[in-house]
Amino acid sequence: MKRFLGFVKKEFLHIFRDYRTLFIIFGIPVAQILIFGFAISTDVKNAGVAFLDLSKDETTQKLTDKIISSGFFKRTENLTSYSEIEDIFRKGKTKEVIIFEKNFGKKLQNEGKASMSLIADGSEPNTATLITNYTMAIVSDFNTDISGFKANNPMLIQPEVKMFYNPELKSQHMFVPGVITMILILICALMTSVTITREKELGTMEVLLVSPLRPIQIILGKVVPYFLLSFINVILILVLSWLVFGLSVKGSIILLLAESMLYIMLSLSVGILISTVSNSMQQAIFISLVGMMLPTILLSGFIYPIENMDKAYDLISYMLPPRYFITIIKSIMIKGTGFLYVWKETLVLISMTILFIVMSVRKFKIRLE
Amino acid sequence: MQKVIESTDISKAFGSTKALNDITFSVDESEIFGLIGPDGAGKTTLFRIIATLLRPDNGEMKVLGQDCITGFKELRRNIGYMPGRFSLYQDLTVEENLNFYATVFGTTVKENYDLISDIYSHIEPFKKRLTGKLSGGMKQKLALSCALIHKPKLLILDEPTTGVDAVSRYEFWAMLAKLRQHNITIIVSTPYMDEAMRCDRVALIQNGLILSVAPPQKIRDGFSRKLFMIKASEKYKLIIALRKYPGTVTAYPFGDSVHVTFSDDRIDESLFRFLSEEGLSNVTAGETEAGIEDRFLELMEKGATA
Repeated sequence: MKRFLGFVKKEFLHIFRDYRTLFIIFGIPVAQILIFGFAISTDVKNAGVAFLDLSKDETTQKLTDKIISSGFFKRTENLTSYSEIEDIFRKGKTKEVIIFEKNFGKKLQNEGKASMSLIADGSEPNTATLITNYTMAIVSDFNTDISGFKANNPMLIQPEVKMFYNPELKSQHMFVPGVITMILILICALMTSVTITREKELGTMEVLLVSPLRPIQIILGKVVPYFLLSFINVILILVLSWLVFGLSVKGSIILLLAESMLYIMLSLSVGILISTVSNSMQQAIFISLVGMMLPTILLSGFIYPIENMDKAYDLISYMLPPRYFITIIKSIMIKGTGFLYVWKETLVLISMTILFIVMSVRKFKIRLE
Repeated sequence: MQKVIESTDISKAFGSTKALNDITFSVDESEIFGLIGPDGAGKTTLFRIIATLLRPDNGEMKVLGQDCITGFKELRRNIGYMPGRFSLYQDLTVEENLNFYATVFGTTVKENYDLISDIYSHIEPFKKRLTGKLSGGMKQKLALSCALIHKPKLLILDEPTTGVDAVSRYEFWAMLAKLRQHNITIIVSTPYMDEAMRCDRVALIQNGLILSVAPPQKIRDGFSRKLFMIKASEKYKLIIALRKYPGTVTAYPFGDSVHVTFSDDRIDESLFRFLSEEGLSNVTAGETEAGIEDRFLELMEKGATA
């Protein structure tokens, strides 16, 4: 036990003395949370919108107010003619122009329908789609408001679109689980595989092997520091996303942390397995990045929904641990479900962990050949 | 006396390259045993087999009475191994490295301090320094301290003085000599012939074959011919000329002179005539005592022609 603790202490010294390692462990998660949260945000917030109101009556005024007061839009300008539309898009601040036809209010009252046009800046397709969807939602809401007074008018009723679990369409809800999944694979698999192969490369593994240390002690000694640091990382990410984005965990935090520990163990065992098959640090980094990071980002449902994938990719994703963990963590964090809903995924992760640990202990070479 | 190492017909091949060929030798208790040979002779492979890091293809290796394959767990407690590459943690300080190895071997620095004090006292003033920032000689002293900290019965040193300055090399060997009083057997490899004289017995190894095992004095005495030392103002030209001379058996450079043997074991007038015809001036010649290097080259030559 004393031997083991001495080994763990040495590992901590390595980590704390190498500022690059520390940066990877703590700098990258913080940076990713902030980058994904602010820069790559897919939310609509204060999008510039200009109005071309050819009617200028009470109804258009009400609808305009409703759109502006929603918080998603900000009025940039009021236009007076169609010719100004192109100019205003060129200026770049305006993402959408809303046009009300002449006699909008009268037509709505007399004929039961009126037309309005939404013109969006298509150079940013995602934003454009989002903005027009938002506007349409507000308009349809407005329709309902009026039809409350004139319930017999069917033309005004439009289907209501409501988002489950993410009513405000907050993208943080989607990426925080993804970032946790990715960060854990990155730190655990990459760092452990690198730290073990570094000993091989420097020749210190030769001396460790010719010591009374048992393979399991060497492996665990490498794993324990990263386990602790990764666990602190999960807490750091959760606290950060709560403080910055107000994202709270809906389900049981204890269950979430327990599942995270399981996933950390799994990622660590993947890292050890990588280190047993690679002879140099470069090889280990390559396998970790190409073999683990890319599939995690692309195939686990983090960025691209698994439902939209080709059958073949779907099958591959079944073999990737992140897929199960993302499902678990999304269920707990966003839907607030309990263990009963994620036990299947948990079981898969547990069996994968056992498989990897057994494989790496068996593959760990007690000699140089 | 108990044999510390007993190697019987050890062979090892890497792919089609034969690294070791039927190596048989033994090492006695408290002996400093040297393994002398050029790079690629198989020294490191042999040491790794002794250190339980490699399995031999054939033969039996017994170390401290244990078989190297079946008894590796017990053996690993009792051997100190210093690989050829410097293998301490460069990002840890001198003290941290030493403490780490002490803990790993289940002991403390305090417990065995008297064993390493001679060596460690040289580097102790720098104990807070990162190991990566030490000089080559100090690194070797630290590596030796780390290999000794658990008081091993057998110390395996793979080219410990390669890349170390002459003064540090001298000090290093003085320390090894002192370790004898602690009953520690040492097996050490070196490419430097002058270091061979400091061993109790040496084995000459070449191309995976042991050419000879004997005390260094005996190896030297085994030289079969009279050896002559010849000097001239242009050494390189002299070697070429000597190798052309019909009576020459061998001619090897040695410092600023050339060590030569002749088929009739004597120098006569015809040699001087030959050399001046070849355009060499200031030629001096005399008989000299053979060194271990000369014997080694002779054995290599025999091995190559046999």
